[in-house]
Amino acid sequence: MDSLSVASAAIADPASQGLTLSGSWTARGIGPDTPRVDTPPRGSASALVIDGTRIEALDTAGAWVLQKFLQRLRDEGNTVEMRGLHADFAKLLEVAEQQATGSAKVSSPIAGAPSSMLEVLGRNAATTLEEMTAMLSFVGASAAALAGSITHPQRIRWRPILHNIRSAGFDALPIVGLLSFLLGIVVAYQGAAQLRQYGANIFVADLVGLSMLREFAPLITAIIIAGRSGSAYAAQIGTMAVTEEIDAMRTLGIEPLDLLVLPKIIALLIAMPLLTVFADVLGVFGGMIMAQAQLGVGFDDFLDRFVKAVSVTSYLIGICKAPVFAAIIAVVGCFQGFRTKGGADSVGRQTTRSVVQSIFLVIVADALFSVAFSALDL
Amino acid sequence: MAPTLSSFAAPRGGAQCPSGGRAGTDMQNAENAAQTNEAVIKISKVSTRFGAQVVHSELDLEIRRAEIFALIGGSGSGKSTLLREMILLQRPDSGSIRVLGVDLHEPTDEAALALRQRWGVMFQHGGLFGSLTVKENVGLPLREHSRLDDALIDELADWKIAMAGLKPEAAGQYPSELSGGMMKRASLARALALDPELLFLDEPTAGLDPESAAGVDQLVRELRDLFGLTVVMITHDLDLLWQVADRVAVLADGKVQGIGTMAELAQMKHPAIRQFFDGPRGRAAQDQKIENEK
Repeated sequence: MDSLSVASAAIADPASQGLTLSGSWTARGIGPDTPRVDTPPRGSASALVIDGTRIEALDTAGAWVLQKFLQRLRDEGNTVEMRGLHADFAKLLEVAEQQATGSAKVSSPIAGAPSSMLEVLGRNAATTLEEMTAMLSFVGASAAALAGSITHPQRIRWRPILHNIRSAGFDALPIVGLLSFLLGIVVAYQGAAQLRQYGANIFVADLVGLSMLREFAPLITAIIIAGRSGSAYAAQIGTMAVTEEIDAMRTLGIEPLDLLVLPKIIALLIAMPLLTVFADVLGVFGGMIMAQAQLGVGFDDFLDRFVKAVSVTSYLIGICKAPVFAAIIAVVGCFQGFRTKGGADSVGRQTTRSVVQSIFLVIVADALFSVAFSALDL
Repeated sequence: MAPTLSSFAAPRGGAQCPSGGRAGTDMQNAENAAQTNEAVIKISKVSTRFGAQVVHSELDLEIRRAEIFALIGGSGSGKSTLLREMILLQRPDSGSIRVLGVDLHEPTDEAALALRQRWGVMFQHGGLFGSLTVKENVGLPLREHSRLDDALIDELADWKIAMAGLKPEAAGQYPSELSGGMMKRASLARALALDPELLFLDEPTAGLDPESAAGVDQLVRELRDLFGLTVVMITHDLDLLWQVADRVAVLADGKVQGIGTMAELAQMKHPAIRQFFDGPRGRAAQDQKIENEK
């Protein structure tokens, strides 16, 4: 395109008392090399004549550069006379000069000194502390709202709850099922090599049954739901906060906690244990297939041993973790959503935090469960 | 005096010498410029449909150089769609649109890029990038499309910010910290960053207090007078229409139902046009204009 090829701005110096400007003095015509504004001073004061006849185009960027150039020449003690500049260009140059004199008075904001290690550490500590307090108060508010809706069941909003059960629970079945099935295969496969050495093939049922039911099924379900639904909660509430929908809700006398948070918590509390059962079934099924393929343990033998090895307690221990994980994921997701301020950037940041934090807290909770159960000899 | 940026701004190639062009605009700039027959935007037989809904049917429109042109019409009359089609965000189903001499039907990537550098758009809600300060927002087009150094870009951004009527303190703020009126001004400053020949404004005064709105009126006029910009705007602001717009087109039923100055439109009978003149608000704005002229 010819419009992209622009003759670049140039300054020529034909006579000692004059300069000739030519080319396009525009944002695209001025290159890093063009305005020789930094040429060394021309020595003693002199009367300069600047010929602008050959300037083909001038825009605000060009006018600004030209203005700075003229100003520098004047500052060096030269008297500068501009000649042959087109009337329109002269007008623009005049505006640029007005702006330059006007803006000189405005001091540019002073950039803050880079913060020291200690300062960064202190600020981070303060932010973390503030966030923890805020999270605790959010947990308290949610718990109070939940208690309130249990004592006043007519306040419970069933439609959003059912909708959330569907989107966070039912729609997650395929991915939860597939991943726990693969996890069952992996556990059985890893165990197979060891068990075969001792001829203890049948104990693969113990291995798969206990590890899946007690630990892996609830954990993998929680991690998938944190990534899938926790992030969605944070992003949804965050976007609503940015577009002032949350404020609108408050002014309409609708408590955002009731409409946005409680249905999500209740829905996850219902959906997560069910998903965990589903993950149990698929995980054990994956283990069974691997046991038959690698160890020659048939389905009947496997299930016989499974019933003897895995007590109902083990099964219930796994299931009872699920609601705790559900509460963590829903509360953290919603909390991070409400903390969104500003724009799209902040939505992304809070969503990331919600996922990282909820997975972290889920694993911490799981570790605490292990300690508690071993203390109780379960 | 009203110099015209269209003649300074290089983009049409070095061949055009300002003195040879149509540079010498004089005092009656608005009227004269509007009467020069050079069409900056030429829309012919444009039809647009969304499914079964017909938005434009064989619409024709011509916008001339250095005029302030307003598009009006009821909700859903296709103003915004037409604007989006003019700035390459959407394609009409049929018909042709020429902007600054370039046909918008499947332009090459280079042609589209060159064209996009020759116009500026101010969106209704600003369209400012939330992760950048106002100054960075304004400097962004310059950083992307020129080889100027950073210090110079910052100075230019400051100038544009001042030009749009914002205080220098606003430069360091993020869009989320600005009021509605400041956001519009910041958006305007960004639209002006590359010295466009053509400026599109979507509802420039919507949601502003009367004083800020009056400021926008004046700003649009000043910019046109200083740079010879062609301004295309969508607005429902009757004051803006009466005080600033050179010509106004009324869109209804997929076509332009009337076009001309507000005074000319006031004589027309079409119901879609009448709604802008009848009723207390329409009459008040009209009386205001007549009073100003006295």
